[in-house]
Amino acid sequence: MSGPPIRLLRRSFLAGLGGALSGLALGSFARAEPALPPAVDPAAKAAAEAEGAGLRPNLFVHVTPNGGVQIVCARSEMGQGVRSSLPVLIADELGADMSRVEVVQAPGDPAYGDQNTDGSHSVRGFYDALRKLGACARMMLIAAAAKQWKVAPNTCTAHDHAVHHEASGRSLGFGELAIAASKLPVPKDILLRPKAELLHVGKDLPLLDGPAIVDGSAAYGADIVLPGMRTAIVARPPVVGGRATAHDATGALAVPGVRAVVPLPAPTPPFAFQPLGGIAVVADDTWSAMRGRAQLEITWAAGANGEYDSETYRKTLLAAVGLPGVVVREVGDVGAAMAGAARRVEAVYHVPHLAHATMEPPAAVAQFHGQSCEVWASTQNPQAARTSVAKALGLDEENVTVHVTLLGGGFGRKSKPDYVVEAALLAKATGAPVRVQWTREDDIQHDYYHTVSTQRLVAGLDAQGKVVAWEHRTAFPPIGSTFSDTALSAPGELQQGVLDVPLAIANVRAENCEARAHTRIGWLRSVANIYHAFAVQSFIAEIAAARSRDPRDTLLEIVGPPRIVTLKELGVESLPNYGQSLDEHPIDTARHRRVIERVTELADWDNRQKNGRALGLAVHRSFLTYVAVVVSVVHGPDGKIRVDEVWSCLDAGTLVNRERVHSQFEGAVIFALSHALYGEITMQQGATVQSNFRDFRLMRFPDAPRAIHVEIVADDGPSCGVGEPGVPPVAPALANAIFALTGQRVRDLPIARSLKV
Amino acid sequence: MTITLHVNGKPHVLDIDPQMPLLWALRDHVGLTGTKYGCGQALCGACVVHLDGEAVRACVTPVRRADGRAVTTIEGLSPDGSHPLQKAWVELAVPQCGFCQAGQIMTAAALLAKNPSPSDADIDTSLAGNLCRCGTYLRIRTAVKQAAAAGGKEK
Ligand code: FES
Ligand code: FES
Repeated sequence: MSGPPIRLLRRSFLAGLGGALSGLALGSFARAEPALPPAVDPAAKAAAEAEGAGLRPNLFVHVTPNGGVQIVCARSEMGQGVRSSLPVLIADELGADMSRVEVVQAPGDPAYGDQNTDGSHSVRGFYDALRKLGACARMMLIAAAAKQWKVAPNTCTAHDHAVHHEASGRSLGFGELAIAASKLPVPKDILLRPKAELLHVGKDLPLLDGPAIVDGSAAYGADIVLPGMRTAIVARPPVVGGRATAHDATGALAVPGVRAVVPLPAPTPPFAFQPLGGIAVVADDTWSAMRGRAQLEITWAAGANGEYDSETYRKTLLAAVGLPGVVVREVGDVGAAMAGAARRVEAVYHVPHLAHATMEPPAAVAQFHGQSCEVWASTQNPQAARTSVAKALGLDEENVTVHVTLLGGGFGRKSKPDYVVEAALLAKATGAPVRVQWTREDDIQHDYYHTVSTQRLVAGLDAQGKVVAWEHRTAFPPIGSTFSDTALSAPGELQQGVLDVPLAIANVRAENCEARAHTRIGWLRSVANIYHAFAVQSFIAEIAAARSRDPRDTLLEIVGPPRIVTLKELGVESLPNYGQSLDEHPIDTARHRRVIERVTELADWDNRQKNGRALGLAVHRSFLTYVAVVVSVVHGPDGKIRVDEVWSCLDAGTLVNRERVHSQFEGAVIFALSHALYGEITMQQGATVQSNFRDFRLMRFPDAPRAIHVEIVADDGPSCGVGEPGVPPVAPALANAIFALTGQRVRDLPIARSLKV
Repeated sequence: MTITLHVNGKPHVLDIDPQMPLLWALRDHVGLTGTKYGCGQALCGACVVHLDGEAVRACVTPVRRADGRAVTTIEGLSPDGSHPLQKAWVELAVPQCGFCQAGQIMTAAALLAKNPSPSDADIDTSLAGNLCRCGTYLRIRTAVKQAAAAGGKEK
């Protein structure tokens, strides 16, 4: 097998800044540097290091004597633009010329801090920390220049890749100062620049990996080729927790190119990041491995989840929300208020399991060296991959190296490193480097699924139509079930659209009802916000319809006046608040109101029935970001309901890369529309019914909206999340629009179950 | 069996199973990994390459069908990433994860070769088989039109 050499994930912010060409702040990045020598070549590594002397005040910044600046990106790139964004915080603090900055992807190592790239916290978690790392290097370069010039450091400035002493007109380039600076002490008190001096942060930044993506040289997990590498395709138990009781490898071994058939250990609950077990076919190339797997004869025992059936489970969840659960939020006296209400509105919502279906199915490459193991993987969570591989192989973590490639989509799937462990186990078992390739069928059938959920909402209205009582019950197998034996949800899930929803209603109660998991449950982009926002935001529109009022007015009334919503008002003792303090990131209804008001203005809400269209609205705060969405639907010529136009307005606090914020929110609309319209994973006899894009349908070009308008309505204050919060309001805004168009209320997703879409 | 592929202008003589999909022949035997596997069932378009100038799904094209013929992959679309589509893609920052984009670009390139100024409907129809899980469809529409305006075709 031949192939290109391993390309470590390094990319230059080279010159060729065609600003006029692209209209972007830095112009387009030019070509990537030529392919690097193999990563495993120690001589090349040593040579690179010798040449790499210079200023290295921390793990993230390296100024070389020839004036190059290397900046480490420690978080995984999966399309959210983290590699085009985070390094710019360091570069701007430094005063670097972006065309001389090279971004180097970090391996998985706690020395780099948190590398688990999910929860929409790359910017909010690292904004100041990264600036400090750059500022530290800048202070040392300035100190070196000041020493040489015998002037006070505070009379010097750093910009354009050099230190300047304006008074005397002297300048020294970063490269000229690198070695002298490296001999100085690392400063303890770091002074950040005034924000106005950050030249690129907060603007539209070009896409670092764009040129490599469009010429095919960008390397993802499946693109890593090692000398002598084999490819493995694994037959996994159809039911989670099942196992192979017998297998016959004769047919598989007879396929030309098949080298080995290797049983993998069955996992024990809780399944966490363990591989699912099954039988692997290891071959010279992918096709042989696929053909080999097709020839395997395996007898499976289903195990404890063999009865899991989605239609039956739907009834289980419905029964669960029919009974009181654990009270998780309470203000006032809902019972009395309901009893005294003039009328009640009640609705039950159901959202099915969903699959991540990243465009790149999971893939990883591993090489076992006897006492150590090296892996290359498209992983969101390289430290967990490292820990899991070390545990599975019985190695110390220091002897496991995890290289992070580009990810062909993540959405939470690739923070679970089961597939990386498979590669490591097979590399050890066969003694050859092994690439594990998941087929699309493997991906759809063996995911860590987005959970299935049922919610029941009841509102009590007084004679004037004012909402006086609100009751919300939610039942869903929790993510915690993947890691321990639990059927109750964690505050981290309940804060996502149950505990944290501002409700200007005097009597509120929310309950969590038990639900047992019968498959692996994982987090999917925006997680529990998906179903909670769908139910709550649909229900508020149902209340508006019940009392014949404008849905926008009803939404604003229930959100209530501009205020900071306290824990007491919410009726909770505490709120995880996505790991941030409520002082810094309060629930601020002025921000809810602002995105609602702006999005309805843009969509011309007051003319919402014009040209045969109908509009639906929803608002949701998640990952600390406020987002309001309006969806416009029309009757298509083919009798289908078509999504014609979408507006999404957001307030995510201070931003790093406006362009990628736009792109994330555009993408979130399509991602969420796919799920709301068509997305559904169902189970029969414990196994997944769907298997490929034929039956796990995603939105395609002809169904994509004519236009998506994204507007950033505010960009100050502490940074909030970007990757996920664009998703939750889309499904309820769509359901509300469909109601406005057809009079039909969709409470069961996907919409394709009940309407032609 | 011996198969000769002319990939991006270079001949490759391969001794492989003639039933092997062209996708795996390119990725595993020619060593060109720019063409992606997304579904293996002609459902996603990630694997689109040109066979004698026509867009085909390499995942369902047996390599024997390409024997003696010209295959163009994303790596060969232009010598230096300068095809109008590649330029438009970078300028408009179309990609998110990027995994679908080789297939999108190769499909769009075949479209522009036939139809130098496609409408939105033409673009939607031609690209209907290309999924993008990240949801870059609207930027792709704009980029195809921008490339078309810049004088679209290969070479
Ligand atoms: S991989 Fe060929 S169409 Fe999906
Ligand atoms: S850019 Fe990620 S699938 Fe299209």
